[in-house]
Amino acid sequence: MAMKTLHRLGTIVVGLMLVSLAQAEGRSSGQTILIRNATIMTVTKGTIKNGSILIRDGKIAAVGKRVRAPADAQVIDATGKYVIPGIIDCHSHIAVDGGVNEGSLAVTAMVRIEDVLDPTDINIYRDLAGGVTTANILHGSANPIGGQNAVIKLRWGKTAKEMLFEGAPPGIKFALGENPKRSNFSPPPGTPRRFPATRMGVEYVIREALTEAREYMRKWDAYRQKVAARNGDRNDLIPPKRDLKLEALAEVLRGERLVHAHCYRADEILMLIRLAEEFGFQIATFQHVLEGYKVAKEIAAHGAGASTFSDWWAYKVEAYDAIPYNAAIMTRKGVVVSLNSDSAELARRLNLEAAKAIKYGGLTEDEALALVTINPAKQLHIDDRVGSIEVGKDADLVIFSGHPFSVYSIVEKVFIDGQIYFDREADLARRAEIEKEKETLKEQLKSKEKPKKKTEEPSEKPTGR
Amino acid sequence: MKRQPIIAILVTLMALGLGAIGQATPSATIVIKNARIVPITAPDIERGTVVIRNGRIAAVGAHVSIPGRARIIDARGLAVYPGMIDSGTRLGLVEIGAVRATIDTTELGEFNPHMRAIIAIHPESELIPVARVNGITTVVSKPSGGIFSGQAALINLDGWTWEEMELKAPVGIVFNYPSIRSGRFFDFSTFQFKERSYQKAKKERDEKLKKIRKLLDDARAYAKAKEARATDPSLPPLKTDHVLEALIPVIRGEWPFIVEANLERDIKSAIAFAEEQNVRIVLSGGADAWKVASLLKEKNIPVILGPILRLPQREDEPYDQPFTTAKTLYEAGVLFAFQTNDAANVRNLPYHAAMCVAYGLPREEALKALTINPAKIWGVADMVGSIEVGKLANIVVWDGDPLEIRSQVKYLFIKGRQIPLTTKHTELYERYRNRPE
Repeated sequence: MAMKTLHRLGTIVVGLMLVSLAQAEGRSSGQTILIRNATIMTVTKGTIKNGSILIRDGKIAAVGKRVRAPADAQVIDATGKYVIPGIIDCHSHIAVDGGVNEGSLAVTAMVRIEDVLDPTDINIYRDLAGGVTTANILHGSANPIGGQNAVIKLRWGKTAKEMLFEGAPPGIKFALGENPKRSNFSPPPGTPRRFPATRMGVEYVIREALTEAREYMRKWDAYRQKVAARNGDRNDLIPPKRDLKLEALAEVLRGERLVHAHCYRADEILMLIRLAEEFGFQIATFQHVLEGYKVAKEIAAHGAGASTFSDWWAYKVEAYDAIPYNAAIMTRKGVVVSLNSDSAELARRLNLEAAKAIKYGGLTEDEALALVTINPAKQLHIDDRVGSIEVGKDADLVIFSGHPFSVYSIVEKVFIDGQIYFDREADLARRAEIEKEKETLKEQLKSKEKPKKKTEEPSEKPTGR
Repeated sequence: MKRQPIIAILVTLMALGLGAIGQATPSATIVIKNARIVPITAPDIERGTVVIRNGRIAAVGAHVSIPGRARIIDARGLAVYPGMIDSGTRLGLVEIGAVRATIDTTELGEFNPHMRAIIAIHPESELIPVARVNGITTVVSKPSGGIFSGQAALINLDGWTWEEMELKAPVGIVFNYPSIRSGRFFDFSTFQFKERSYQKAKKERDEKLKKIRKLLDDARAYAKAKEARATDPSLPPLKTDHVLEALIPVIRGEWPFIVEANLERDIKSAIAFAEEQNVRIVLSGGADAWKVASLLKEKNIPVILGPILRLPQREDEPYDQPFTTAKTLYEAGVLFAFQTNDAANVRNLPYHAAMCVAYGLPREEALKALTINPAKIWGVADMVGSIEVGKLANIVVWDGDPLEIRSQVKYLFIKGRQIPLTTKHTELYERYRNRPE
């Protein structure tokens, strides 16, 4: 229908303009940039007033009060501004084409978010405009064992492949509680209920799958031993049948694939800790983990990270005991805690969510900022690359108009790998142009349409997001 | 020996003493002094005093004589603001979103103007204390769903019963203006995506408007029939029609329709419809209000804007559109107030307002849209919305700017009663932070 086409065209126009923005404003990774005279919140090495950051070849080349820059460096005067590391959202479902849940089976370790990444999702741009530079794109919580994740950098304008965070260790989604047991909705008419229906069943599904994976590993280990014993001659040996699902779970058992487990209740958090210990691996992060504060001791002892909300609660029964002090209590008990969004909307203001951990529980500024920078980086095992402003790390940086914990501050510029991917000034400057282009496209479409009876002026379709 | 009168006197003195020192009863006098006062409808007072007596604001100013027997709170370094008002919530009507048994916002059927939210408010909702300890003392709790959802209620967030909480009910009838919903949608009955053309969607909408017109005409006829019977008892008795009864005050202009509409075409249609039907409306939601700001001003339609913390309505809208709309309305002279349209997250109301300030709305206007503006819109400006003598003592004492996240409420008063700052959350916090190692 004409309006849909117009809509598509409008989006393409916007997309093109934003891509050209990324290419025009952003420099090639060879460009040297000096951000000068800002308050730099490094997260790991304190806060530097009137400091500068030198970016070279996509990396942070120097940070400090006195930074010398080469003559050809592009200088960005950040006097009065604040610079923080790019925000890392440890739980996101943006940039996914279609659904995030392969919900037809209780164990879907073989499906991959990477296969369905959609680099044209406008929410990438919107979250970028909120300072997010890296996101952990997860499978949904429909299954006790879900699919494989994809860690991406929000390189708006690039292809899906180019957005993948190079070298980020692979991960997988587990889910406990109401969602995988499907207690909050009825199946479509004519569809039988899927196992499991209780928390008991959720544990069993995971136990059974891990047991299968362990047996799969043994079969393959035995086969490889036989091959090795014959010095690599495998002529009359039949290898075990490959199973992509069990391969992913075998990686979990070998500690090669990070488990991100969606959970709420204290009992199920403890259950998964004990189950993981039984199978000899460690849970990388508990996600949501809204009752984590009740079993912070056990989470800390196990060594799992916790990625939670600042203050959402009461939307489900298992969220009824959620408290905004969750992050603070777990932090004080020694857990590495991050705050995530699980929402394209909330991801626009994770800096303010971090501030809530000061209000609720009294974390310090550095501790609070860590919740959305170095901590999620640690949880994703990418902290050698991102999460703080240190020499040698990726130049993923956010320039705020004021203190990032003040509601009055807004994001002005966002760098990824030393390139500007979001620039508010440029965004504002382009708006008049985009409106004009849109009007032109509308006129063109109207003149092509058959003359219709004049009804109410149809405007844009509601997206209902 | 006259022991008894002496004992009586001693007991009376003790009781009075306890009344003055201990937990404030509404009849107690409370003095908040040495504070910065933000009355909203008058200039800020750098260092002043607020006197609360019998649940009302008895005095406010830089130099106020402190009454004899009063509880004194030295609020040095703190700031006194009126309680904030959230003009659109489901507080008290929803406890847990996923649990149907806890949801009382949406009755079956399309036309429910006779459903009264006030009597369904659950005073013991755990969500209520959580909201008020961040400075929201008063909310509109409203039904939803259908076309006429029911009667919204304005309540204070303190009281043993809904009766004690009631400030004004109803404040209006929620009217979900039928939207022209064209494009792709998910059909749950067949579990498939479907496409609906604009023409078809408009036809469906027009059918609904026809039904609504007929209902309003019926209500007018019903009102006439009632009037006729009042003067002529010989007429056959009229069977009570509760639906039409509920619409009479709207037809008479006593109650507004609270029109839920977000798309430009729906807002425009709703405004035209209201004129045609000669009814008063308050626009709620108003995501596209920025597109029709001058029309809203021209027709003097107030807007309950929110939630602010949401995504833009369209893929190609500016990323900050939800944040700049308030500024556009302010510059056009439109009267607006904020709403969260939530229950569990009403406590974040100030941050919805704050985001608008970050994107250009003057801070004073944001504060007004949280206090005196909603008071005016809902017709209770004589009772709440500012710190003025005679108004209810809905007073919040902050240790900083209420719009900033890190600020904390130090003292909270609703109708002059000091409200403890404990909630389900603080209790769980205390319990689990002290779990033994």
